[in-house]
Amino acid sequence: MPEIKVTPLGAGQDVGRSCILVSIAGKNVMLDCGMHMGYNDDRRFPDFSYITQNGRLTDFLDCVIISHFHLDHCGALPYFSEMVGYDGPIYMTHPTKAICPILLEDYRKITVDKKGETNFFTSQMIKDCMKKVVAVHLHQTVQVDEELEIKAYYAGHVLGAAMFQIKVGCESVAYTGDYNMTPDRHLGAAWIDKCRPDLLITESTYATTIRDSKRCRERDFLKKVHETVERGGKVLIPVFALGRAQELCILLETFWERMNLKAPIYFSTGLTEKANHYYKLFITWTNQKIRKTFVQRNMFEFKHIKAFDRAFADNPGPMVVFATPGMLHAGQSLQIFRKWAGNEKNMVIMPGYCVQGTVGHKILSGQRKLEMEGRQILEVKMQVEYMSFSAHADAKGIMQLIRQAEPRNVLLVHGEAKKMEFLKQKIEQEFHVNCYMPANGETTTIFTNPSIPVDISLGLLKRETAIGLLPDAKKPKLMHGTLIMKDNSFRLVSPEQALKELGLAEHQLRFTCRVHIQDPRKEHETVLRVYNHLKGQVFPFFFYPPRNGLELIILR
Amino acid sequence: MKLYCLSGHPTLPCNVLKFKSTTIMLDCGLDMTSTLNFLPMPLVQSPRLSKLPGWVLKDGSTFLDKELKECSGHVFVDSVPEFCLPETELLDLSTVDVILISNYHCMMALPYITEYTGFTGTVYATEPTVQIGRLLMEELVNSIERVPKAQSASMWKNKEVQRLLPAPLKDAVEVSMWRKCYTMPEVNAALSKIQLVGYSQKIELFGAVQVTPLSSGYALGSSNWIIQSHYEKVSYVSGSSLLTTHPQPMDQASLKNSDVLILTGLTQIPTANPDGMVGEFCSNLAMTVRNGGNVLVPCYPSGVIYDLLECLYQYIDSAGLSNVPFYFISPVANSSLEFSQIFAEWLCHNKQTKVYLPEPPFPHAELIQTNKLKHYPSIHGDFSNDFKQPCVVFTGHPSLRFGDVVHFMELWGKSSLNTVIFTEPDFSYLDALAPYQPLAMKCVYCPIDTRLNFIQVSKLLKEVQPLHVVCPEQYTQPPPTQSHRTDLMIDCQPPPMSYRRAEVLTLPYKRRYEKIEIMPELADSLVPLEIKPGISLATVSAVLHTKDNKHVLQVRYNGKGRKISLHRVSCHLGPQLFS
Repeated sequence: MPEIKVTPLGAGQDVGRSCILVSIAGKNVMLDCGMHMGYNDDRRFPDFSYITQNGRLTDFLDCVIISHFHLDHCGALPYFSEMVGYDGPIYMTHPTKAICPILLEDYRKITVDKKGETNFFTSQMIKDCMKKVVAVHLHQTVQVDEELEIKAYYAGHVLGAAMFQIKVGCESVAYTGDYNMTPDRHLGAAWIDKCRPDLLITESTYATTIRDSKRCRERDFLKKVHETVERGGKVLIPVFALGRAQELCILLETFWERMNLKAPIYFSTGLTEKANHYYKLFITWTNQKIRKTFVQRNMFEFKHIKAFDRAFADNPGPMVVFATPGMLHAGQSLQIFRKWAGNEKNMVIMPGYCVQGTVGHKILSGQRKLEMEGRQILEVKMQVEYMSFSAHADAKGIMQLIRQAEPRNVLLVHGEAKKMEFLKQKIEQEFHVNCYMPANGETTTIFTNPSIPVDISLGLLKRETAIGLLPDAKKPKLMHGTLIMKDNSFRLVSPEQALKELGLAEHQLRFTCRVHIQDPRKEHETVLRVYNHLKGQVFPFFFYPPRNGLELIILR
Repeated sequence: MKLYCLSGHPTLPCNVLKFKSTTIMLDCGLDMTSTLNFLPMPLVQSPRLSKLPGWVLKDGSTFLDKELKECSGHVFVDSVPEFCLPETELLDLSTVDVILISNYHCMMALPYITEYTGFTGTVYATEPTVQIGRLLMEELVNSIERVPKAQSASMWKNKEVQRLLPAPLKDAVEVSMWRKCYTMPEVNAALSKIQLVGYSQKIELFGAVQVTPLSSGYALGSSNWIIQSHYEKVSYVSGSSLLTTHPQPMDQASLKNSDVLILTGLTQIPTANPDGMVGEFCSNLAMTVRNGGNVLVPCYPSGVIYDLLECLYQYIDSAGLSNVPFYFISPVANSSLEFSQIFAEWLCHNKQTKVYLPEPPFPHAELIQTNKLKHYPSIHGDFSNDFKQPCVVFTGHPSLRFGDVVHFMELWGKSSLNTVIFTEPDFSYLDALAPYQPLAMKCVYCPIDTRLNFIQVSKLLKEVQPLHVVCPEQYTQPPPTQSHRTDLMIDCQPPPMSYRRAEVLTLPYKRRYEKIEIMPELADSLVPLEIKPGISLATVSAVLHTKDNKHVLQVRYNGKGRKISLHRVSCHLGPQLFS
């Protein structure tokens, strides 16, 4: 029986290092190629030796698909393509193709220049890797080869984030990447059509959370920032340069304007302006409202938000700083955090998910004494706030997407095992489909039962749809035909045509049986009576009118 | 399969294809050449135009002198300009299921179709097509509505009267069907019926037909369309270009193996080379400005203007024109310039690469930043304060009948220092200029039409090998003015089928097969028998389900929910086998 096999190399019962292998109808596709923020050793990249021990990956993979530019989805790409070796096509959307190399370069710099690691991919490798990328449009059907086709859908997670449908013949898999089912201040909501895939692979970061309305969260966020600034405190918001940052900037910018606030807002790293520029040029990927008004006012031109300089961190007085990276695991956000952590007037707001092992994760789980490099102990007195602004679908959103796509099976990735378990039950209960949640390296096999496409002669089809007492096209009808199988072609034609085509003689089998009827009438009359009686029946009898007045033949 | 031809204009097509129980309209172009018969609509009262004498019939009767005016031997209708609509009577347009738009020039009749005919279907177009199409419509409505004209002439349309008029009014077709411009609410209503699509997106129509837009290389978001079922393929080629300008290159490979290829929208100036024309444009512009004259470029607010600005960007410094102001005046000038920068995905490779840096794909962003190019919604307001001469003005409408261009024609027409350069190929420049005669201003004709020429067409047809070609009749004979140029027509085997306005073509085409799906359960129960080496037969008796034009064969169940086995099926319910 045909089957689809799925093996996560990363993101199986885990968040980070997304990398999922899918085998469908003889085609092998790799979904995402991410790195893990929680590790600094070999475990940070997927174990590609699972695909092949020796030999080029190109021989084993038909294509690679990257869902969006976050490093946990594309961070291992140059390592995979240039150091392990892959020359096949890599598909991603235009904004992802534009932004992804910048984040990779950023990641490389932190790892190599700051941490002094060797044996890491180089700038040139990033460039060579990006040459293998083919950009796709939303909803465009890309023919990878004659049988394999892929199609991107809007995912609303970050600029350019996409879900992908992978299809071979009538078997298909849909992969969501990360997605968001509620439109936010700068992006629209994810959408997929009723594509009825055999398998839907969905992220499940917020498998058990049902979030309150976005408005409440926004109000909460603004209130907290406002209060801190009012009492002269400093607010640190660790973010990734692209994505949530832009949404929160729009939020603060409009708030500052409305309340006429004077405290400075800064954005760290030189990437900001460049990042905003990407949003301006790819404005068609943002939400309706921004797209409609961009000619009059481009939402990504900020008046109140200025570039940050390292020296500003020691300035007295209130300020709000957006700093990268978002999980406080390295870089400028961590530096600022160390400076401000000791003052209870200050506040750090974590607007997104933090991977285990990062400073962000530690302070969110309540740890107030942190061991830093060199055995130094950092006491955290500043207020720590968590606000889920990360654009992942919550449990409600995940169920909604499943309802939209109507898959035959569901597979959960990109989430924590415990939470997945809960969601798995819920999905199986509500949709009566199988739900899987393989761990990394574990293979899930799904049997598909595809129907067989056949060519039917138009004559036969028209004849069969025309027969019937009621001209009701919707009503199922009985049809009789002959299937001719020749080489790899299947054709369904009428029996007469089949006989003619193949030069076969027609044989007639006639079943007869003798019935004794006791009837005083004349022979001829009896036969006529039986004939007239049967003529009135609705059964599909085939019979000949009495011949010679002696015999009645009924064919049934 | 039938093709209803509703427009006779080869580059502004409007055809309806009936194919497998679907009715598909291919483009709805609006023929605006009709406006050439009308007097220009000046923004500012023009003494010259208002003093034009009324037209008097040969017999001296003057009953038409309020409606018709004479200017340098030509007669013009003094009324709000009107457009020649596609045929609306040839078939009931409320039965049209979908409209496919190929580019923004070919959708200008959309409000007439969607708002006046009872149309209830869906329109499909790419995002740039819709956005720029909206701008073109906005500009059109705006430039006509802001000059309220009390008079609406209709007497001349009377068949008896029209017969007496001089050419070209006498020969104008279907004048009774000419309509005034639509309004903005109608434009918005029409555009709200559009569904956005991307290149190579497969769109199912009622499960019967699949349509797919392909890049056509002519303009931002311009597309050709594939209309196909499992066995039949119709390609609709409209406004395609093989030149490298700003849009994404044309997708030719996907047009292969078509049963029918409908070919419209070829270049209107087959004898002119666009590159040469751009060169001429630049040198004429430079010469005029150096001599202290002004240059007027009547143009649409989007399209070739982007390429012209890009050429000028490279040219002005070397030509010593850095101090000459360039003005772009249109109610949608700003929007057009802004929109051009955000469609990275629809641009050619070079421009895409720029966006990845990230830099704006078109250099006019820099021209605006350095104040070399300024744009204004109209000649009123800021423009009148900033206006410095000599200068270069880009403005519409290219017909010279409405829009700000009328004002500049009146203003600069008297001086031989000034030049008007025609770049848009849609209107004959002599006809466009007729109501401004006598004119001292220099006139230069540099039509830039990047669409396919006949050499490219024959190469394309050889490449994609369609079984049949269908095209407007104009393409099957040399142009009337150059009847010896037999190279200026489509040459293919078999010869193309041609159409003209209001004709219905039956396309040579016979459907033989349809797709049907055999459910796995039924497939399991089949008993194939090899009757010849490599050929197997199986009799099939099953239940046929038809839903959304998809056919499925399933095992037949009896009333008790039990499967009726194949064996019994063939014995009891296979009468054809035995009869």
